[in-house]
Amino acid sequence: MPKQLRAFVWTLIAFTGAAALSVIALRRGETISALWLVVAAGCSYALGYRFYSRFLAMKVLVLDPVRATPAERLENGRDFVRTNKWVVFGHHFAAIAGPGPLVGPVLAAQFGYLPGTLWILAGAVFGGCVQDFVILLFSVRRDGKSLTEMAREEIGKVGGAIAYVSILAIIVILLGVAALIVVNALKGSPWGTFTIAMTIPIALLMGLYLRRIRPGKVLETSVLGFVLVVLAILGGQWVSQNLVWAQWFTLSASTLALVIIFYGFAASALPVWLLLAPRDYLSTFVKLGVIFLLAAGILLVRPQLHMPALTRFIDGSGPVFAGNIFPFAFITIACGAISGFHSLISSGTTPKLIARETEARMVGYGAMMAESMVAIMAMIAACAMQPGVYFAISSPAGVVGAAPEAAATTISNLGFHVTASDMAALARSVGEQTLYNRTGGAPAFAVGMAQIFSRSLGGDAVMAIWYHFALMFEALFILTVLDAGTRVGRFMVQDALGHWWRPLGRTSWYPSILATSALIVGAWGYFLWQGVKDPLGGINSLWPLFGIANQLLAIVAMCVATTILIKMRRARYAPVTLAPLCVLVLVTFTASWHKIFDANPRIGFLAHARLLTSQMASAPKPGDLARLILNDRIDALVAGVLVCLVSLILLESGLVWWRVLSGRNEASIKESAFVMSRFVGEEA
Amino acid sequence: MRSAIDFWKTALAVLREIFDESAYARFLVRRAVPSSTAAYAEFLRETEHTRARRPRCC
Repeated sequence: MPKQLRAFVWTLIAFTGAAALSVIALRRGETISALWLVVAAGCSYALGYRFYSRFLAMKVLVLDPVRATPAERLENGRDFVRTNKWVVFGHHFAAIAGPGPLVGPVLAAQFGYLPGTLWILAGAVFGGCVQDFVILLFSVRRDGKSLTEMAREEIGKVGGAIAYVSILAIIVILLGVAALIVVNALKGSPWGTFTIAMTIPIALLMGLYLRRIRPGKVLETSVLGFVLVVLAILGGQWVSQNLVWAQWFTLSASTLALVIIFYGFAASALPVWLLLAPRDYLSTFVKLGVIFLLAAGILLVRPQLHMPALTRFIDGSGPVFAGNIFPFAFITIACGAISGFHSLISSGTTPKLIARETEARMVGYGAMMAESMVAIMAMIAACAMQPGVYFAISSPAGVVGAAPEAAATTISNLGFHVTASDMAALARSVGEQTLYNRTGGAPAFAVGMAQIFSRSLGGDAVMAIWYHFALMFEALFILTVLDAGTRVGRFMVQDALGHWWRPLGRTSWYPSILATSALIVGAWGYFLWQGVKDPLGGINSLWPLFGIANQLLAIVAMCVATTILIKMRRARYAPVTLAPLCVLVLVTFTASWHKIFDANPRIGFLAHARLLTSQMASAPKPGDLARLILNDRIDALVAGVLVCLVSLILLESGLVWWRVLSGRNEASIKESAFVMSRFVGEEA
Repeated sequence: MRSAIDFWKTALAVLREIFDESAYARFLVRRAVPSSTAAYAEFLRETEHTRARRPRCC
């Protein structure tokens, strides 16, 4: 394309993006089409990729196309394999895309669509994509080393240890929150519970089919599993309408929590091939399909956004969760803009597959853009439904009331009209008895998605099928994270305990497997149980805690990245990671301070504990209050310890930067030596 | 037409990589054995350590 035409096209994209953003930001008092969000996102990503990631690749990181990657130098046909860039892109995207970018934006929709959308776009282009790209490249240059290893080698021993503790903490909190989302989505729902319960025998069947009947035919097995899951969804409708069966599958939140805790323990101890792997395949298959379906549905239906651009809840009084727009919009969005967890994937499997350094840009930066687009779609799904309905579904009973009339009146009084009969009709249309107080974001997302799907295919008649399909997709997704996370956490604990007593480190020794599985399941099970028993719905306390832990891990990743850039004598470019690092520190430390010390009992853990302590004397069951007080204090302690640990890594990193920049220490990085690629000149 | 075929091939290759079919194919080539239940069981044993430690993101 001629240079002038190229310049014209990019100018057009820039103006189109600016126009779309202006509509999103400035239009007040009337609904706007969701397409404005899609156009703004598309233009922002295009510009970010074309210009900012190019700047990072050429000026900051100086990607070298002739430098052999570990996939070439260490190729073994197993872990290290030169792979086509599109294949690595798909593989990386499938690994980073989780429930976070779906749930976070749905919860943040209580502030309106504007704050969340702006942070998803800016956070991804200048933060999340940069983190994923930079960490991927640095891991490629270090033979695919993990974030923990890079932190230990480039920052110091404290950095390595803190990275380890942060990763373990985020896994435990994530699993507790994820399990709570499933419990809140399935409580009192025989249809949903039956469908999800059926995914366990389906996964076992897939495992046996793969191993005994059609070895290695995973795609074929996944298609078969998907067909069985669709049959389970249809069967769920029958179960929900059958008095006897419906009773069996109508479970309370507490019972569901116990079932999930037991499931997590069993899944962690069973052979990988039997449950974890087939479930992972099935979940990935459904995940990729649903993301494409949702994108197509949004483009086809072009829904109007009924949620205002900004709601009155930016002052922190929102019923879904408490907290001001700053910092809680940032903490709540989390993975849709920047996710510390991605740095584990970028320094895990992916760097061992990259065929040439220049492809790290497309894989690292590009895949995060795709994940961010998923977050935008989740925002659209939440904001396309009537705001009153959104708040009725997502608000806890402790805030808006448990009785339908009371909840509808409270929400209407907040300025978002909804009636008990509207909610009853909606519940009937999706095959549920009630949709009130389903905190956690998943049911609201499922309703939004079902409305979009049913308008593009099948109409109101199949609304219930689409709702349960969406619910199944999310729960399947989350339970897969639960399986895999419990096992990864177990291995991390076993690795650590193995230094203390060798047999505990043996991953095939059953006493060690059972003990460490119980330890990890007990840890996340504690958070789950706490959430289930919380009158404020659990998400109010636990999602911010998860967001804080996730963003603290991103701080660790950005510390590693900035340290390496400074040691590479590229300090003048360090702001590309230092600026997002400063934003993350500001957001995360402020949020942590609020969650621990804020005087509002709906926000601060300690204030809530004080409030409950003052009610102890008159409480009918003081034991219950004592447990809630202990939970608050533990949550405050967890947030405080995590912040202190990350402060230490910031301090250690700062010292390294100061020593290198002042010339006290020589800048030496731990890159593997340059080797010329054998594939120079080969077409990319 | 050609680009549509290329796209389909790439999409299939992505799915085969995500679903470990390519890894199994490489295993068979490396070990010089045909596909069988025994070979697949051996592949699962060999890759269990890696797959069990593969985190799924949030």
